[in-house]
Amino acid sequence: MGTKIKMMSAAVLTSGLLLSGAATAAGASADALGYTCAGCHGFNGSSRGPATPHLASASQEYVVEMMTGYKDGSIASTIMGRIAKGYSDEQFALMGEFFAKQKLTKPKQEFDAKLAKKGAKLHDKYCEKCHAEGGSSAEDDSGILAGQWVPYLKYTFADYHGDGRKMGKKMKKKMKKMNKKEGDAGIEALLNFYAEAK
Amino acid sequence: MSKITRRNFLKVSGASMAMASAAAYTPFAIGGAAKKVVVVGGGMGGATAAKYIRLMDPKVEVTLIEPKKTYHTGFMSNEVISGDRTLESIEFGYDGLKKHGVTVVTDRVSAIDAGKKVVTTEGGKSFPYDRCIVSPGVSYKWDAYEGYDESIVDKIPHAWDGGPQTATLRDQVAAMPDGGTVVIVPPPNPFRCPPGPYERASQIAMYLKANKPKSKIIIMDQKEKFSKQGLFTQGWKRHYGYETDNSMIEWLSSTTGGKVSAISKADMTVEGEMDTIKGDVINVIPPQMAGAIAKTVGLTNDKGWCPVDGKTFESTIHKNIHVIGDAAIASPLPKSGYAASSEAKVAAAAVVALLGGGDAPHPTYVNTCYSVIAPGHGISVAMVYDYKDGKIVKVEGSGGLSPMDQTDEMRAREEQYAHSWFNNITNDTFG
Ligand SMILES: Cc1cc2nc3c(=O)[nH]c(=O)nc-3n(C[C@H](O)[C@H](O)[C@H](O)COP(=O)(O)OP(=O)(O)OC[C@H]3O[C@@H](n4cnc5c(N)ncnc54)[C@H](O)[C@@H]3O)c2cc1C
Ligand code: HEC
Ligand code: HEC
Repeated sequence: MGTKIKMMSAAVLTSGLLLSGAATAAGASADALGYTCAGCHGFNGSSRGPATPHLASASQEYVVEMMTGYKDGSIASTIMGRIAKGYSDEQFALMGEFFAKQKLTKPKQEFDAKLAKKGAKLHDKYCEKCHAEGGSSAEDDSGILAGQWVPYLKYTFADYHGDGRKMGKKMKKKMKKMNKKEGDAGIEALLNFYAEAK
Repeated sequence: MSKITRRNFLKVSGASMAMASAAAYTPFAIGGAAKKVVVVGGGMGGATAAKYIRLMDPKVEVTLIEPKKTYHTGFMSNEVISGDRTLESIEFGYDGLKKHGVTVVTDRVSAIDAGKKVVTTEGGKSFPYDRCIVSPGVSYKWDAYEGYDESIVDKIPHAWDGGPQTATLRDQVAAMPDGGTVVIVPPPNPFRCPPGPYERASQIAMYLKANKPKSKIIIMDQKEKFSKQGLFTQGWKRHYGYETDNSMIEWLSSTTGGKVSAISKADMTVEGEMDTIKGDVINVIPPQMAGAIAKTVGLTNDKGWCPVDGKTFESTIHKNIHVIGDAAIASPLPKSGYAASSEAKVAAAAVVALLGGGDAPHPTYVNTCYSVIAPGHGISVAMVYDYKDGKIVKVEGSGGLSPMDQTDEMRAREEQYAHSWFNNITNDTFG
């Protein structure tokens, strides 16, 4: 999946370069598309909460993957399915380009310091491999966890455990392992760790 | 002759590079004065446009003229009426815009000379512009019903602007005895925020159910159907006994007793074509047209709204004046805050491009309206729009309503997302 998307967005980028000045006639720019999302996702993709997720600093691939999943219905949503159906794959790539270059302003969220400490350890053990820098890095196209709104992360975990969203095979394995050992308390600790991020 | 050392060379080339780039990036400076944009109205459309022009091109001088020191949003004002949030929580100032370099003038625009390109204010000041953006919201047709005029609002508020009248209506509902009647009179189409009156009925019902359960809400509509009707009806059935003998909400369509002919402030009655209904609280939301200044300037058509080109929002009547928000005819985009914000960004990009001598870029637009029917029960409508063959069009297959068979979990999420939307759109506009 990842490579396919990378190839596609490379193609989009090249055609964008070739068209250059004429690109405006072809369709809306990355900025124009990105700006329309701000009413729900916050100015430049840093959400003021309490629940709608940030998009700022997510990787281009991650945004494209989510939009594609919303559009084809494979990822559950309250509203993104209806929104994603309004755009093409090329436009998803442009949106991803826009949000990948925005800096995330992490909000202050309540957390329990003791649980956050435990969460940090669990994150290191089970999640850091693909959610690097304590869940702040976009590098693995895995979505930003550090500073993400906790209600949104809770909904996401509920969707993963129900049939709303599928985990990758490897993440599922790690999650299962953690669940077996730590149970729901493990998730609770992780949420406190992500809420603590500054 | 001085030797060109490596150090000197770097200095020289650095300086000439700086000059070259200064020339490349300040096209307006060459012609002398910086380009000027004057924005009329600091609501959702105007404030968003002012901020985004500054973001897109910080060399453009932007002046925003707005008579009020602070702005109250219309959206979420129904939650103020139900007591779910404070009036202060929907109040926003202009410091954020000032930080983006917008000059904010507290005054009311009294005229625009489209030929000379000058805006004048009641305070007697003049503001020349290269392009002007007008976003004055709506004004009200005070002659719509017999006995109805502007002097009525202390007792029969419309509460359709947010602000003081919202507080009046809230206090009236709070002071009403248990067993009292609230009458709501929504306007005919088109008007600001199509789901708004029905969200209002829901929010007042939420308050009454918890505090004054013997009370009733009667909606006397001037229409045969309304926005998100299926979803509202479903929610009312579930929470407020709709269509049972015990229903807290009764909706009368225009042909089933809703049509209103007269209002009496002295008797607190609404005279319909079939019955005259007495209310302990009466909320008449009058029929609407573009904000008064639009008519003064001659930007309106015979129906009172402003025709524009959907790609730039430039008036089709007066060149160099762009009209956005509720005042503009932008259908299929509805008259909503989200639409006003989306139109503002399209207009801002067009204005910046046109000032620079280029063509307006290809636009893209989104609209969403959330409504909270009861605690934990949020619903929404959304749509993506494109510009095709000279018109704004809905993108086929996109948008629509929250599904009727939505789970409780998802309805509860929508309530959280509705409140997130409020925080984010206001920060996008005023932050
Ligand atoms: C109860 C209610 C609920 C709503 N709910 C939603 C919702 O859920 N979602 C949604 O998207 N929208 C909602 N809306 C609609 C939304 O508030 C409006 O569509 C939006 O504010 C339109 O923006 P605007 O810029 O056109 O007008 P406004 O925001 O009204 O701004 C107009 C501004 O222009 C100023 N002005 C007027 N005349 C002059 C003059 N001569 N000189 C200078 N300034 C002037 C006014 O003082 C005002 O500040 C709701 C509205 C109401 C009333
Ligand atoms: C009406 C509000 C609204 C608008 C407009 C909107 N979104 Fe969303 N977005 C949401 C909500 C709510 C979610 C959570 C999923 C859901 O329930 O729909 C979400 C989730 C997402 C996610 C997943 C984030 C993550 O970390 O998992 C992405 C990516 C996204 N949106 C992209 C966009 C883009 C790009 C746009 C603009 C073209 C946009 N959204 C416009 C409300 C909105
Ligand atoms: C093998 C790599 C891998 C591991 C290990 C992993 N993840 Fe992920 N994770 C991903 C990828 C890739 C995505 C994005 C695509 C998807 O939904 O599968 C993701 C997405 C997520 C999301 C959704 C983010 C959003 O914004 O919606 C959450 C939450 C999450 N992971 C939590 C965790 C937690 C907690 C752990 C540790 C217990 C973990 N992951 C371990 C790869 C991994």
